[in-house]
Amino acid sequence: MMMRWRGWTLATSVLAISALAQAAPPSAAMLSNACAGCHGTNGGSAGLTMPSLASQSKEAIEVAMKKFKSGERPSTVMGRLAKGYSDAEVTAMAEFFSKQKLHVTNQVVDAAKVKKGASLQESNCGRCHIEDGREGKDDTPVMASQWLPYMQMQMADYLSGKRKMPEKMKEKVDPMSKEDLEALLHFYASVK
Amino acid sequence: MTLDRRSFLKLVGAGAGAAGLPMIGRAADIMPKSGRRVVVIGGGYGGAIAAKYVRMLDKSIEVVMIERNKQFVSCPFSNFYIAGLTDNMNNITIGYDKLTANHGVKMVYAEVTDIDAAAKKVVTSAGTLDYDRLIVSPGIDFRTEEIEGYNAQTAEIFPHAWKAGAQSTLLRNQLQSMKDGGTVIISMPLTPYRCPPGPYERSCLIAHYLKTHKPKSKLILLDANPDVVSKKPLFTKAWSTYYKDNFQYIGGKKVTKADTGAKLVSIEGIEDFKGDVINLIPSQRAGDIAVKAGLVGDDKKWCPVDAVTFESTKHKGIHVIGDATALPSDGPPMPKSGYSANSQAKVCAMNVVNLLNGKETVEFSGINVCYSAISDHESVSIAQVFKLEGGKIKSSATAISPADFSLGKAEHVYGESWLRNILTEMST
Repeated sequence: MMMRWRGWTLATSVLAISALAQAAPPSAAMLSNACAGCHGTNGGSAGLTMPSLASQSKEAIEVAMKKFKSGERPSTVMGRLAKGYSDAEVTAMAEFFSKQKLHVTNQVVDAAKVKKGASLQESNCGRCHIEDGREGKDDTPVMASQWLPYMQMQMADYLSGKRKMPEKMKEKVDPMSKEDLEALLHFYASVK
Repeated sequence: MTLDRRSFLKLVGAGAGAAGLPMIGRAADIMPKSGRRVVVIGGGYGGAIAAKYVRMLDKSIEVVMIERNKQFVSCPFSNFYIAGLTDNMNNITIGYDKLTANHGVKMVYAEVTDIDAAAKKVVTSAGTLDYDRLIVSPGIDFRTEEIEGYNAQTAEIFPHAWKAGAQSTLLRNQLQSMKDGGTVIISMPLTPYRCPPGPYERSCLIAHYLKTHKPKSKLILLDANPDVVSKKPLFTKAWSTYYKDNFQYIGGKKVTKADTGAKLVSIEGIEDFKGDVINLIPSQRAGDIAVKAGLVGDDKKWCPVDAVTFESTKHKGIHVIGDATALPSDGPPMPKSGYSANSQAKVCAMNVVNLLNGKETVEFSGINVCYSAISDHESVSIAQVFKLEGGKIKSSATAISPADFSLGKAEHVYGESWLRNILTEMST
């Protein structure tokens, strides 16, 4: 009798332990917090060559991760990391960062370039990079307050052909001078 | 029966001393606990993040972080300073003021002397602190007992520089004052140790320093492991491409004796290596407080924890994160890196909050990204994603940089942003 009683207690405590060990699958925050080591808490970057993910649209992040994973978009670590996540996990992270508010940066920008860039933005880029780049149409990334060195590195990749420009962007960028493009980036860096 | 005053004190002293109680009994409570409280021991890559994230997740939980030093100096990127590529440690030094201002993390600057798991109490040099859950992020200490002749002064002559700060300065100064034509020795321990690629990065940067400033000098890396244990194709390529004239790698050389007077290290009593500068990095284990508090496992080195909550399997209510842990792993474990500690801290913080709120815990998802410089303008990296599978942590993706160094310059630049972001996360 005693033995049976003890056996029963043992069985229930094993059950209790396995019930405790049950954990929910990784939440959006659990998945996304790991990215913050490089992209900043809640996706607000302090590193000059690392983009802020905060307030990027869900589509922009999903498309970026898909292109990193396939190698279509050149990268250093991002292609390697993207391979570790399922599509559903990427969507969860994309939703998490899309809900964070814009990470406003204070950067040293050239006032004349900002002025020129503002006018170029209005006449050329504003249809996709809407609200002065604070938002993006469909999968267009948010440019506002991104770090200038990050944007300059990406633009260099576009111009060298390493990163493929969307058709609509190419139409606008091709006729622009290097000075025009630099002015545009200063403008985006200045938007708060 | 009555006791006179003297015999009474003697009795109390003897009894309490044997049980290790007098400190707990006597020391004053630093901050009496009113609501729910998480205490964090250690403000490094793991602890500072755990403290901040608990507060970010639930402002109703009080968080007290206990740290020895008012400032934290990062091991990642300290090799740049050691090898003379930066003039000071400003870019790797952070304080905690903004964790208090922005998140309400309460700081106690003191030395933790003991943990009373049963009473849920931490004993420090400044008094005691009660907790509901304790997160211990103690980093590493050294198994110096495995090196004959190693004493309290050895690290002052043969610096390990494996905890950044004064030790980094010491090694840097020794390198700078060494005559051209001298020999530098780095002795690195058997795995697992803090920062697997760290000694190899150090070898590249010191070799770079010697090549640039002291071209007649040479560097020998004595690896206790039989072969290179991290980013092997990348480091071996860097050595043969850039440093073949002044650098030698020798595997399977575990230093067993240190002689600071004769300036040599010995391998199993059969082979001596003499050096003008000797960077002796001893074997490692979890930080002292983890050993003292009985958090280490049967190996007496590392702390076994649950892979979801990071709760110690030795003591309930105590969670261990970072370098000190032995995580249940399927395949190669998470490396003992700053990024791993950052990731683990967030998982632990989230589940500590869930446990305190009686909510379901959430499975682990984490990342490790480590950059290693191979020269003054090129770096290489490893990038890994880890998830939970069958109660164990398993990598779902692991890859290193291409071996042609085609990304070397870009990764050098990204590495700096990595440092800025991860230190900003810890300090704001």
